[in-house]
Amino acid sequence: MNEVLIKVENLSRHFIGGKIKALTDVSYEIKKGQVVVVIGPSGSGKSTFLRCLNMLEIPTSGSIVVDGVNILDKNVDINQYRMKMGMVFQHFNLFPHMDILTNMTIAPLKLKKQTPEEVKEKAMQLLARVGLEDRADAYPNQLSGGQKQRIAIVRALMMDPEVMLFDEPTSALDPEMVGEVLDVMKELAKQGMTMVVVTHEMGFAKEVADRVVFMSDGQILEEGNPKEIFEHPRCARLKDFLAKVLI
Amino acid sequence: MKEWFAEIATAFSQTFIEANRWKALLSSIGVTLRITFFALILGLILGILVAVVRSSHDQLEMDGKSNKIINILNSLCSLYLTVIRGTPVMVQMMIMYFVIMASTTNKILVGTITFGINSGAYVAEIIRSGIMSIDKGQMEAGRSLGFNYVQTMGFIIIPQAIKNILPALGNEFIALLKETSIVNIIGIKDLTKWAMNVQGRTYEAFMPFIGIAAIYLVIVIGISKLMSLLERKMRNE
Repeated sequence: MNEVLIKVENLSRHFIGGKIKALTDVSYEIKKGQVVVVIGPSGSGKSTFLRCLNMLEIPTSGSIVVDGVNILDKNVDINQYRMKMGMVFQHFNLFPHMDILTNMTIAPLKLKKQTPEEVKEKAMQLLARVGLEDRADAYPNQLSGGQKQRIAIVRALMMDPEVMLFDEPTSALDPEMVGEVLDVMKELAKQGMTMVVVTHEMGFAKEVADRVVFMSDGQILEEGNPKEIFEHPRCARLKDFLAKVLI
Repeated sequence: MKEWFAEIATAFSQTFIEANRWKALLSSIGVTLRITFFALILGLILGILVAVVRSSHDQLEMDGKSNKIINILNSLCSLYLTVIRGTPVMVQMMIMYFVIMASTTNKILVGTITFGINSGAYVAEIIRSGIMSIDKGQMEAGRSLGFNYVQTMGFIIIPQAIKNILPALGNEFIALLKETSIVNIIGIKDLTKWAMNVQGRTYEAFMPFIGIAAIYLVIVIGISKLMSLLERKMRNE
């Protein structure tokens, strides 16, 4: 539990030549096996922070060290590091022109040079784990939101990532489908996957998180275990936030 | 009435049958189709390349990054689009035939390349609109799995873009076929040239020109049918 997997230092992300500061001097360490849940009001920079971790958003300054390498370095092949970081999006982003099996197998087939048999077997195992083995031949538009998101999670898992990044994975779902997606995430956490989760699901944060990070105005204002954050919040901004979201 | 039919029959036989003109007609249809087909392939290749350069340049610009090579390529592509779309295809063909490829004797090759380059400019803009129509999340999902930019374009973005732009591409394909009717000015024996030759021999304009109009129409209808079949097939997938 002590090995640091991702070390973020003084990370900043500015837009329009510095006029908009989405992130200001954020530093944080993510340890192996930890589930880190990032909470905070809209526009607080939580998604920007998460997207910076795999460079979908290019930070303006700072450093992100993964396995001892600063991935902001221009000479680093970012694609190698992205393979180690699975990402799940708010809007699923499945590939609509491929069936489910192809959605899952295309990246390992093309990037890891595994045989089609190996990849297919692994995909079927993962599908069984999320209870969707009978939908391998379906296309994304034939699935419900919850099913799509479960597929998106296993698609990311196909690459055997060391860490999974979740960008508001349940925000675009109908309420009755939130549970099935959270269950998959909980199981993943139980198996020891390192996870960084941006979410508004406070229940999930309380139950699953090892660490909870509260962000506001592009900064980390408070960090701690769920108990500290939810029961003994220190800063006023967090108290105010919790009062609004926990009814 | 009887006389009228007899006249028509004579004109028909004069135009299509006498002196084995139907043989020349068939080979002229072949020429028109060949030029259209290879120009289409060339246009698609050029169009995809130009569209990818232009949209990656736009993407980089939006991300606040810039790459010298891409900038230079983008300027070249913009120049290509401006010049080709800004000048008549007939003039382009003259320049190609008398200036750039003056040493070739293969006229069909000149016609094909001219129309390929011309069509490429229009196809590029069609494809670019297709690429822009794909949700940004698709690119992000592809990149997050570890694909590089070109792989994501090739496996994920372009296949979806092509599906969206099939109707527009079909239009371009049809326009291309019809525009090739001017290749006869550099002496290519295409469908239109055949009708002009026949008219020159028989002094009879009605039958040959109505005849090739019908042939063009039939080919265009065929292409439309093929395109809608392809569209339907891709939508079902």
